[in-house]
Amino acid sequence: MDALFYTLHDFLLHSKSITYMMMGAVLIGLLLFWLFLSGRDEKKRTF
Amino acid sequence: MPQETAQVNKSIFTPFNVIAGMIIFCGLIITVLRFTGGLGAVTNLDDNNPWGIWIGFDLLCGVALAAGGYVTSASCYIFGLKRFHSAVRPAILTAFLGYALVVMALHYDVGRPWRLPYPIFLSPGTTSLLFEVGLCVFLYLTVLFIEFSPAALEWLGLKKIRNLVVRLTLVLTIFGVILSTLHQSSLGALYMIAPSKLHPLWYSGYLPVFFFVSSVFAGLSMVIFEGSLAHRHLHHKMDETHLEESAGVALGFGKAAAFVMMGYVGVKFIGIAMDNNWHYLATGWGLWFLLELIGFVVVPAFMYAIAARDRNLRLVRWASILAVLGVVLNRLNISVVAFNWHLPSADRYFPSWMEIAISLFIVTIGVVVYRFVTTRMPIFYEHPDYEH
Repeated sequence: MDALFYTLHDFLLHSKSITYMMMGAVLIGLLLFWLFLSGRDEKKRTF
Repeated sequence: MPQETAQVNKSIFTPFNVIAGMIIFCGLIITVLRFTGGLGAVTNLDDNNPWGIWIGFDLLCGVALAAGGYVTSASCYIFGLKRFHSAVRPAILTAFLGYALVVMALHYDVGRPWRLPYPIFLSPGTTSLLFEVGLCVFLYLTVLFIEFSPAALEWLGLKKIRNLVVRLTLVLTIFGVILSTLHQSSLGALYMIAPSKLHPLWYSGYLPVFFFVSSVFAGLSMVIFEGSLAHRHLHHKMDETHLEESAGVALGFGKAAAFVMMGYVGVKFIGIAMDNNWHYLATGWGLWFLLELIGFVVVPAFMYAIAARDRNLRLVRWASILAVLGVVLNRLNISVVAFNWHLPSADRYFPSWMEIAISLFIVTIGVVVYRFVTTRMPIFYEHPDYEH
């Protein structure tokens, strides 16, 4: 992570690119975690 | 409750009473020293570290752990999860005591505590975050008092006022959620004024989000933790409904906490990515940060998840202890440990024993009042005159 940044644009391009990829990963990760969490729940819920 | 009569002839010198009495006695002496000698007489605070554990522990942890009130009442009255109804009163009581003690602790920490009402009534600084926190805590404490009052009114036999207050439940719940959202996040936002003092791993533009999201699972975990303690020591005060619903409350709240905690971990890493602070993770501070995040958030989240899948009550209770400790560690890291991290060790803050004793004194008062209320008022059971 020793990238050199000459401008604010460079910095934001770098950090936001990683952030956007992470956001996708987090969303998928949360979905998988929810499936793990509720994997053994009874199928019929009243709420 | 028939069990109440069995307790009448008990000696008052129980281990709990003796230890609590000693702590309160010490606390009262230090209170006299604090209000006669000033902050310098009892604290290690200085110009570099004007906020110590009375803010970091008593206030930040107190407010975060009291979040169980709004989380539980919102789940029951707003999201309609009536199976959590028996958890509402204990949670509201804990929240009310938590906030009342936060305000009490603030009297010790503020240089001129008699001026605490000034920002609300005399000179509101409407552009200040601290004003927003003060106003919200003041209003929310009032809301919690009204939300708690039906239990006290039932105990006192004041039916008419009690029925009037109960009708306000939904409005108070909505008001409580709004106020909590505002001030839980604003407490984090307070530290955004100090980007040069707080370590970059803990400093982020998302601090308000971190504080709010962590308050949700702190509240859920605290309800589970407090419920397990109540089951051990106040089991005889619980009615059938409470006993039947308690396992469902612990497992349901554990499941919710697990999901929110994993979301919190995601947002924390996004915070690091936004500021490009990855290189700090390879330092000693980074290891401490990862210990806080993995050891006290990811691990209890998985413990909660496994417990919810296996319906393992024991595991959910252990997870709640770890999660509560994690929130305490996070708040202390932000306010004390990682604050002024670049200063030489001689200039760093470590609380005096009297500061720690006052914090212990305040927690003890909370436990004593909680015990007083729960052994007398209908908190764990429905009053026979008002059952529905």
